[in-house]
Amino acid sequence: MAESATATALAHQFDDLEQQREAGYLGMWTFLVTEILFFGGIFTGYTAYRALYPEAFAIGSHHLDYWLGTINTAVLILSSLTMALAVHASQLGRRRSLIGFLAATMTLGTAFLVVKWFEYAHKFEIGWIPGPDFAYRGPHAPQVELFVSFYFALTGMHALHMVVGLGILAVLLVQARRGRFSSEYHSPVVVSGLYWHFVDIVWIFLYPLLYLIGAHH
Amino acid sequence: MSHHVIPRRVYFVIAALLMLLLAATAWVAELDLGRLSVVAALGIALVKALLVILYFMEVRYSSRLSWIVAGAGFFWLLILIALTMSDVLTRTAVTLPAE
Repeated sequence: MAESATATALAHQFDDLEQQREAGYLGMWTFLVTEILFFGGIFTGYTAYRALYPEAFAIGSHHLDYWLGTINTAVLILSSLTMALAVHASQLGRRRSLIGFLAATMTLGTAFLVVKWFEYAHKFEIGWIPGPDFAYRGPHAPQVELFVSFYFALTGMHALHMVVGLGILAVLLVQARRGRFSSEYHSPVVVSGLYWHFVDIVWIFLYPLLYLIGAHH
Repeated sequence: MSHHVIPRRVYFVIAALLMLLLAATAWVAELDLGRLSVVAALGIALVKALLVILYFMEVRYSSRLSWIVAGAGFFWLLILIALTMSDVLTRTAVTLPAE
């Protein structure tokens, strides 16, 4: 029984399961390195312009909803915990708790996006949208507009990654329900977990850079 | 790598630490520390990211090769930011002497 499970879990190009897992883990990290540099480009642009226009960036940051940002950070940390617990359950072949933790992670991820939705809706309402009708007319207006552009570029790309992550989790959930994973074969769960945690890390940096620089004014 | 199953307790401790650091970063942002505000905010974010990478992403329990691949990504990010900023921060308008 155990032997046949190993035989079906092991792809023929690998010597053993350990090597197969290691290859999947490394492959995902290689992809994440490209993701680090993708987000890194926008972060570098942000750093350069913030160094040039610190007052304008503080004004822009002050107008973001500090509490919504903080709540969303907590939601993402919790979702990373449930994801780690899902990986743990998959490693031990506990199907029911794997399904439960995947569903919990998806719920928290969706909660994050719902908060984001309300934040964006509010920005549209008050006209804080870069473009000819940008509502803010106070000091440093063009540079504040630049900050808002960075806000939408960074949080927008991050939200897009969250949507992709939710899609991946939905596929895992279906596969887990069909009994696709076992203590022998669970690399898709581990590798998707890496992706989910990476998206969490991006937010860990976005939160202070976007929401907190104007807090003490 | 994932042959090593990390006890669940570790995940709960890390999540609790992350929540504490979140509270700390929100609290520090309320204080007016001048330029140190950025250092504190990014320092805390860096610690949080490290906790996620080492424990949630299990890099701490992975092969040396994984350490190098993950480390290389962040090292290159550092180069990207450092070299860009070395240009942005030192560039000033140069006026040529009149002939």
